[in-house]
Amino acid sequence: MKAFWAFIKKEYYHIIRDPRSLLILIGMPIIQVILFGFAITNEIVDAKISILDKSKDQITQEISNKILSSKYFLLSEYLESAEQIEGSFRKGKIKLALVFEEKFAEKFNRKERPSIQIITDATDPNTAATLTNYINKILLDYQNEISISTIAPKGIEVITRMEYNPQLKGVYLFVPGTIVIILMLISAMMTSISIAREKEKGTMEVLLVSPLKPFMIIAGKVIPYIALSLINALTILLLGVFVFGLPIRGDYFLLLFEITLFIITSLSLGIFISTLVKTQQEALLISLMGLMLPTIILSGFIYPIESMPRILQYISHVIPAKWFLIMIRNIMIKGVEISYILKETLILLGMTLVLMILSIKKFKIRLE
Amino acid sequence: MAKKTNDNKYVVSVKDLTKKFGSFTAVNSISFDVTKGEIFGFLGANGAGKTTAIKMLTGLSKPSSGTAIVAGYDVIKNPEKVKYKIGYMSQKFSLYDDLKVFENIRLYAGIYGIPSKEIKSKINNLIDELGMENMRNKLVGDLPLGWKQKLAFAVAMVHDPPVVFLDEPTSGVDPITRRQFWEMIYKASEKGITVFITTHYLDEAEYCTRASIMVDGVIKALDTPTKLKENLGVKSMQEVFVKLARG
Repeated sequence: MKAFWAFIKKEYYHIIRDPRSLLILIGMPIIQVILFGFAITNEIVDAKISILDKSKDQITQEISNKILSSKYFLLSEYLESAEQIEGSFRKGKIKLALVFEEKFAEKFNRKERPSIQIITDATDPNTAATLTNYINKILLDYQNEISISTIAPKGIEVITRMEYNPQLKGVYLFVPGTIVIILMLISAMMTSISIAREKEKGTMEVLLVSPLKPFMIIAGKVIPYIALSLINALTILLLGVFVFGLPIRGDYFLLLFEITLFIITSLSLGIFISTLVKTQQEALLISLMGLMLPTIILSGFIYPIESMPRILQYISHVIPAKWFLIMIRNIMIKGVEISYILKETLILLGMTLVLMILSIKKFKIRLE
Repeated sequence: MAKKTNDNKYVVSVKDLTKKFGSFTAVNSISFDVTKGEIFGFLGANGAGKTTAIKMLTGLSKPSSGTAIVAGYDVIKNPEKVKYKIGYMSQKFSLYDDLKVFENIRLYAGIYGIPSKEIKSKINNLIDELGMENMRNKLVGDLPLGWKQKLAFAVAMVHDPPVVFLDEPTSGVDPITRRQFWEMIYKASEKGITVFITTHYLDEAEYCTRASIMVDGVIKALDTPTKLKENLGVKSMQEVFVKLARG
């Protein structure tokens, strides 16, 4: 046991004496959260728009005012003719143009359903779609207001409620996502590199000749990273809660348990990678290409899995981060209990077990 | 010639030791005994089976057949016991560059289960013996190669093992440093530590008490350097080696 302690202490020195890994371990999580939090947000404010009002009546005026008084839009200019629209876009001044048809109010009062044309700059499709949604929402609100005051509307009224995240805040998405990436990075990548380093430098050989059992060697290398991963996960959570106002609605212990489980899954992945490689370079490459990229793209952190081609959806099943992301979002934002995420928990446990067994087998073959 | 392998005076006793990888026989039924305090040279070209043999003796690799008793324990039946009784230094010197000199010693002392109370005096003695007082707090990565090598050797013997295995400990080191290193080996041998050394510098074979020459997995010759040269009627170990290898 004392031998084991001496070994852990050595690992600690490795970490604190290497400025690069220290930067990745401590700086990265904080920088990522801040970046994601402030720079990457789905909400668009102060988008410039132009309005071509061919009718210029009371209703078009009311609608325009309503749109411009929202925080989402700013008026660039009022246009005089349809020909100017193109120019307005070309100059890159506006994101969206609004066209009211002639005799708008007249048609409206005669219930002839006047039309508003929304023209958006779809070079950035996401922005275009979001802005269109905002306008639609404002128009709907306006219609409802008028309808109530005049005549009861016929037909179906749609009531939408954005459950769990009514303000559609981006933090709800990126804080769990950042935790996933950071844990993957530290647990899988850093451990695989640090084990590969021992192989590359020949110290692994000496350790294997020593009375330390192979299991102890691996455990000794991994334990400091478990501690670091936990600290980082907590840092990100705290930043999410106190800086960005993220709720944690579920049980703290459950959350901590699932985080620890995912850390262990990632560590076994890192250990497995280290059994495949001989050098740090290889370990880094495999971790980056084989782990980080699929994790970011296929875990559902950025792109919804439901909208992927069927084949990618199947591939996403083997990505541990996907299951962890489902769990952590459910716990934090929906506040579910363990029974709701039992399947995901078991899948992660299974993955961990398989990876551990594979690593042990690989390790033994190498020793033969 | 026929000696009992369980005889206690032998620190390393090997009989018909064989290692097969599939259909390839890396080490083919080698037998030899090494006595206490001997400097036993293990020579051979790359791929002759030296490393595989050393791996079997140090418990890194399981023999396919045969027996090997190291420091009183069977490497097949009691590999864990053997591990406490041997020291090992690989050709990469195997120290941690980002640990200080005394931290490296402390680490290995800890790994080999030396009691905490003794570790401190152990470190001081070792550093004293090596004449490294002024380098005590230096990172090993900043040391010249020669010092690293000496430290690695001392660290390999931190737990006072009866036998120490050196796997090409002098590769890539200049002749003067090599000379100094051999002085350390002699000192260890005088203290009764058995030194098992592989090398591809054939002039170093002359310094060994006895040398064995491996060719294609078998030991072609095993004797004192003087006898080896006499038997073949040549003047240097280099010639001995060439004759046997072309055999």
